[in-house]
Amino acid sequence: MSAPALSTRGLAKKFGSLVVASDIEIELPQGVRYALIGPNGAGKTTLINLITGMLRPDAGRILLDDADITMLPPDQRVRRGLVRTYQINSLFPHLTALESVTLVVCERTRAARIWWRQLPAYQHEIDEAYDILSELALAAVCHRLTRELAYGQQRLLEIALALATRPKVLLLDEPAAGVPREESKELFAAIAGLSGDITVLFIEHDMELVFRFATRVIVMVGGRVLVEGTPHEIASNPQVRAVYLGKATGKAMQEPRHG
Amino acid sequence: MLPPIFGVVFDGLAYGMLLFLLSVGQSVTLGMMNFINLAHCSFAMLGGYVTITLMSRYGWPFFATLPCAFIVAAVVSVGFERTLFRRLYRASELDQVLLTIGLVFISVAVAAYIFGTDQQPLQLPSYLRSSLTFMGLRFAVYRLILLGLALAITLALVLGIEYTRFGARVRAAVDNQRMARGLGIDVDRTFAITFALGSGLAGLGGALAIEIIGLDPSFALTYLIYVLIVVSVGGLGSISGSFAAAVVLGISDVAGKYYIPQLGAFLIYLVMISLLMWRPLGLLGRR
Amino acid sequence: MALAEKVTSPQLCLQAQTRWRPVEIAFWLATLLPYLLFPNYLSLASQIAVTALFALSLDLILGYAGIVSLGHAAFFGVGAYTAGLLSKYGWGEPLTGLAMAALAAGIVGYATSFVICRFRHLALIMLTLGFGLLLTELANSAGWLTGGLDGLQGIHTWKLLGYFRFDLYGYAAYSYALAVLFALFLFARRIIHSPFGLSLRGIRENLIRMPAIGAPSRAHIRTIYTIAAAIAGVAGAVLAQTTETVSLDSLGFERSAEVVVMLVLGGTGRLYGGLVGAIIYMVARDQFSGVVPQYWYFWIGILLVAVVVFLPNGVLGGLAKIASRWSRP
Repeated sequence: MSAPALSTRGLAKKFGSLVVASDIEIELPQGVRYALIGPNGAGKTTLINLITGMLRPDAGRILLDDADITMLPPDQRVRRGLVRTYQINSLFPHLTALESVTLVVCERTRAARIWWRQLPAYQHEIDEAYDILSELALAAVCHRLTRELAYGQQRLLEIALALATRPKVLLLDEPAAGVPREESKELFAAIAGLSGDITVLFIEHDMELVFRFATRVIVMVGGRVLVEGTPHEIASNPQVRAVYLGKATGKAMQEPRHG
Repeated sequence: MLPPIFGVVFDGLAYGMLLFLLSVGQSVTLGMMNFINLAHCSFAMLGGYVTITLMSRYGWPFFATLPCAFIVAAVVSVGFERTLFRRLYRASELDQVLLTIGLVFISVAVAAYIFGTDQQPLQLPSYLRSSLTFMGLRFAVYRLILLGLALAITLALVLGIEYTRFGARVRAAVDNQRMARGLGIDVDRTFAITFALGSGLAGLGGALAIEIIGLDPSFALTYLIYVLIVVSVGGLGSISGSFAAAVVLGISDVAGKYYIPQLGAFLIYLVMISLLMWRPLGLLGRR
Repeated sequence: MALAEKVTSPQLCLQAQTRWRPVEIAFWLATLLPYLLFPNYLSLASQIAVTALFALSLDLILGYAGIVSLGHAAFFGVGAYTAGLLSKYGWGEPLTGLAMAALAAGIVGYATSFVICRFRHLALIMLTLGFGLLLTELANSAGWLTGGLDGLQGIHTWKLLGYFRFDLYGYAAYSYALAVLFALFLFARRIIHSPFGLSLRGIRENLIRMPAIGAPSRAHIRTIYTIAAAIAGVAGAVLAQTTETVSLDSLGFERSAEVVVMLVLGGTGRLYGGLVGAIIYMVARDQFSGVVPQYWYFWIGILLVAVVVFLPNGVLGGLAKIASRWSRP
């Protein structure tokens, strides 16, 4: 039985008297798609911040492929394959899409330390960046400045940046957030097209996405993990329904639509 | 007989109180709006010149000019805030720094034009120039009054911020502006009033400073650096932080100049750099 | 879809950015004009070249990496004093003097970069200001070394390449300063168009995102800060060598503030912004040199307010906007 791709042990964090994470234990086996759901303020994004190293935990450990990464700085975790995207786009406004992705590739191959050779000479990196953009249907706009892209395209660029790091574990923070229905087709295709080698954990409120892409679901409430299971188990779990879904949407959960 | 160190500490405290008055407004407004206003000391300078003008041209007694210094500085600052500064709340730090430095340069030039570049002489009544002797050390009456006044103002500020509705709004806006707006607090108005208060206090500080550190057009630039040191070391948005930082800096500066005069201003910069490296958000800052 | 089309198109586009544009060539040709049109102003021209180089070095950290420094003159001063002291104590060869100045300023830059790279916002501004003021105080108190308020005396620069003497006519001085400026400009240009330059822009655009894409942003900042310090040091050394004077104002706050004004005037992050800003500023200052200092600062103040409110991207940014509006009828 191979080591889980990502696991946490007893992760805890509080700000003063506000407990944002308490005794979080999760285990993500290789290649599995996990969804992380929970009401607003449950601590889902905080958990991602803790795992990626943006926040330091008060207690607990984080293991990536059995290696303890709790003390590693964020950029080192990315080097080891632990990558995230942001709920609110965190892009490079005045760089073109191609430049942004090329930047990520160059950082990965450590070409970014070179200041004596010109960028166009790095054909491999540029090609790789272009390929990633093509897979996400962004090839046509690769020369446009990020700030000029449509919101849906920017969300795709978020994912492109993450993919350029060749992640082993990918944490997506509400990938579909704010994307209008018309533009979400490519986004869903992109998420569906994620390689089976990558272990994915995504935070989502959109239940359609959860049912479509997740093999397992983790529910968080008030900084704690409430329950974990398959989407159907979670849908029929009365605790979850009471805490998170409420009576009205509970009905919607009972008849998941198959997209 | 008290050893001279008590005198040094006393002088340092008085100087620190002055720095506090000059800086507290800057600290709170920076903490609230993240707006770097390098022209803050220009308002202090304005207060100083108001006092000089009222006393020498119109013969007002010193203490009567103080409220005027406060009010004029406050009113003028609101004028600038409404017209110019508002456009820059979302601008980059560089833009804020540049615009406000530009205003400082303009204010220095205007002051030089109107009042000349010499130090302004201040004719204080004789009782204010005397000193009390206590246990073998002489304590200047002026500094005693300055200390008392500043402590009273500090108390008023701290009580005001803790126990009034306005104070609560200020605290909320400093803590989390978005949330405060969401709760229905008129952050812009709160800020404008806070800004006026802070600039008014700076004006008051400028008036009180004349006797201790003098007044000439370069005041706006020279003391800006000290104010920025107090603010960054004390922590943005923190009244008590500014107080602590001002006291520490005031005493270090006076003690440094007394005991190791060759070091000069060197010591203050070293203290600032060390403190910032230890606590980059300031001693009591939370951001 | 031809495979060849896919491979060359993205690369070509990036390559187009690195090509020399006609307006750039025109600019550098124009720098030769002073020899013909303003032969009496060559010493001013060489001071402008020095200042332009200094502004360029600031652009590398401010315009490209987003570090607002109010103490950059510290490195200029270190370079100036290094070259001056070398010459005073017997070694006046200009080119090795430049190398030593770059080394000295680079070392100071490297040391301070460890602190600088850890901070942002107000703390960063204050730290750069503090370091600059600290160094000024140090230079002031070490009068036995620096000459204090009187400045360094006894600098005598040897002939450049054994042949050219720096005299009052200024031909040699301007050629020297211009050559150094151009050489280091090429160097800076190379950095900007390298993968490292792309990283710097990433840092400027979104510092928080950089660790999340695996970028060691602190290491990058340390590198560019050191390079910028070394270049500023070279600028200071050229000034010391050509004017044969060094004084405290070569590291003071005024010089640090002035160079920021020049860079912002010209436009940050455009490589040429510092050059253009320096030219405009120094020419204006020379023209109005009869004006009393306070009034000069009055107009600088007005200029600053005007630039921030009306020309946020400096002169070059404004020109670029006009140019793009013309090409889009």
